[in-house]
Amino acid sequence: MTTLGLPAAPRRAPRPRRPGRLILLGLLALLLLAAAAAAAPWLAPWDPEEMDVIGVMGPPSAAHPFGSDVMGRDVLSRVLFALRASLLVSTSAVLLSLLVAIPLGLVAGYFGRWVDGAISRALDMILVLPAMLLAITFIAILGPGSTVAALAIAVIYLPILARVMRTGALVVTRNDYVLGARARGASHLRVLLTHVLPNALGPVIVQASILAAFALQLEAGLSFLGLGVQPPTPSLGSMLADGRDVLTQAPWVEIFPGLAIVAAVLAFTVLGEGLRQAFDPEGVAE
Amino acid sequence: MADLLRVEGLRKTFTLGGPPWARRRVVALDGVSLALGLGRTLGLVGESGSGKSTLGRCILGLTTPDEGSVTFDGTEVASLRGRALLDFRRRVQPVFQDPWGSLDPRWTVGRSVREALDCFRIGTSADRDRRVLDLFRRVGLDPDLAGRRPTRLSGGQRQRVAIAAALASGPELIVADEPVSALDMSVQAQILNLFMDLRRDLGVASVFVTHDLGVVKHVSDEVAVMFRGRLVETGEVEEVMDRPRHDYTRALLAANPALHVLPAPRSP
Repeated sequence: MTTLGLPAAPRRAPRPRRPGRLILLGLLALLLLAAAAAAAPWLAPWDPEEMDVIGVMGPPSAAHPFGSDVMGRDVLSRVLFALRASLLVSTSAVLLSLLVAIPLGLVAGYFGRWVDGAISRALDMILVLPAMLLAITFIAILGPGSTVAALAIAVIYLPILARVMRTGALVVTRNDYVLGARARGASHLRVLLTHVLPNALGPVIVQASILAAFALQLEAGLSFLGLGVQPPTPSLGSMLADGRDVLTQAPWVEIFPGLAIVAAVLAFTVLGEGLRQAFDPEGVAE
Repeated sequence: MADLLRVEGLRKTFTLGGPPWARRRVVALDGVSLALGLGRTLGLVGESGSGKSTLGRCILGLTTPDEGSVTFDGTEVASLRGRALLDFRRRVQPVFQDPWGSLDPRWTVGRSVREALDCFRIGTSADRDRRVLDLFRRVGLDPDLAGRRPTRLSGGQRQRVAIAAALASGPELIVADEPVSALDMSVQAQILNLFMDLRRDLGVASVFVTHDLGVVKHVSDEVAVMFRGRLVETGEVEEVMDRPRHDYTRALLAANPALHVLPAPRSP
């Protein structure tokens, strides 16, 4: 209404988006993939390492729904087992990274001054190195394998997650309730655990779920180069590498592991985006 | 009479960040001395940036001065460690300016009030629950509000919660840093009256930091005027108000039309 000739009241801010749906969708997709991966030994129609010389590069059929690869191995079974390795490496990498990044960022942001300076500069040194290069250096030193790949990815993500945690802790620490808690006799540890961490964790969780998507791609990249999961254990990255040579004759060898990567990355991203809208509308984690 | 609080020659300088060649140093406190007796209220006035809040934090033991000392009940605060520091904290409590920032948004307000009881390990768990409800009643809040989060309360209600939280440990001194300046005028009067009731009933001494001389006149026994990190005038409230000796105090008094407004009637 424009009584008194005044302009109409400004429209209210747009209705909040519905992050719940995205979170649910991402979580559902992820659970589905994780369940399929976890149940691989029972779901897989064939042994993923069993070769069949007669059925080499067979197209999708009733017996082999995703076809078979260069060595006659069942692609569906291999994708299921590979998904298992990929999800395991990417999630454990992110969890491992969180385990170190949360305390470091929390302490840096809360205490500030030289503590922050020391931790932040040390983390910057990791950050200046390109991710893939760092991972390959790690593998060159420790040798290839899924554990080393997870470790390398965890190190790469350490500065990113620690920075998000630090920023959150820095902002929360400025609140009077933190100072007040000190005056009420709370120890630094108690203040960190009961006030700072819960109020600053949101953006870190968001960042972690987004990074899990990248971790999956990074792991696939390493395996593609033969630096991640070692044969004969199937991995999505190494399956892509195998399928590349026969792309024109047997595209299914390439397509299905590719689709599995897309599905897993998409699930993590959708979950991360939903969480971001819910916990971090300001975009601290970006 | 022995003083509850003595501040002597307090000096504090802050270095603002930036590249080393462009750092600015700000002198927040420049040789501040004052004393406060048991159960007395000191109004600490001055414009923003005059060092009032820093002085408040030094008294609370939350900021360490560069020079000088804060002595509470005969013991120097800076020398306190462990149990003795905890005991000091129990006896000296803060109330902050912004009731939106002084309560953890994730905690129920009851838990915020209970925090001091938990940290200082006062009473059994059941005692603490009971004490929280008593404190809510003491500051004029419905104990049913204890289960709510601060976002569901008004500014005045939050400030009452903050005061209840400060009272929980049974302090002898409360350092209130601009406790009413973030509130509406009508709510300000209610909170000021609450402070005066508490002083009368509990005998709590307080340092009341404010930029509003009207507030000082309303609540304090003594007044200390700060200007650029120094105390330019101290004395009994009537004395300073009626016969200001320093030019800055005169300027403050002249600039304050609110002094001509009568305080709101006291709530029952």
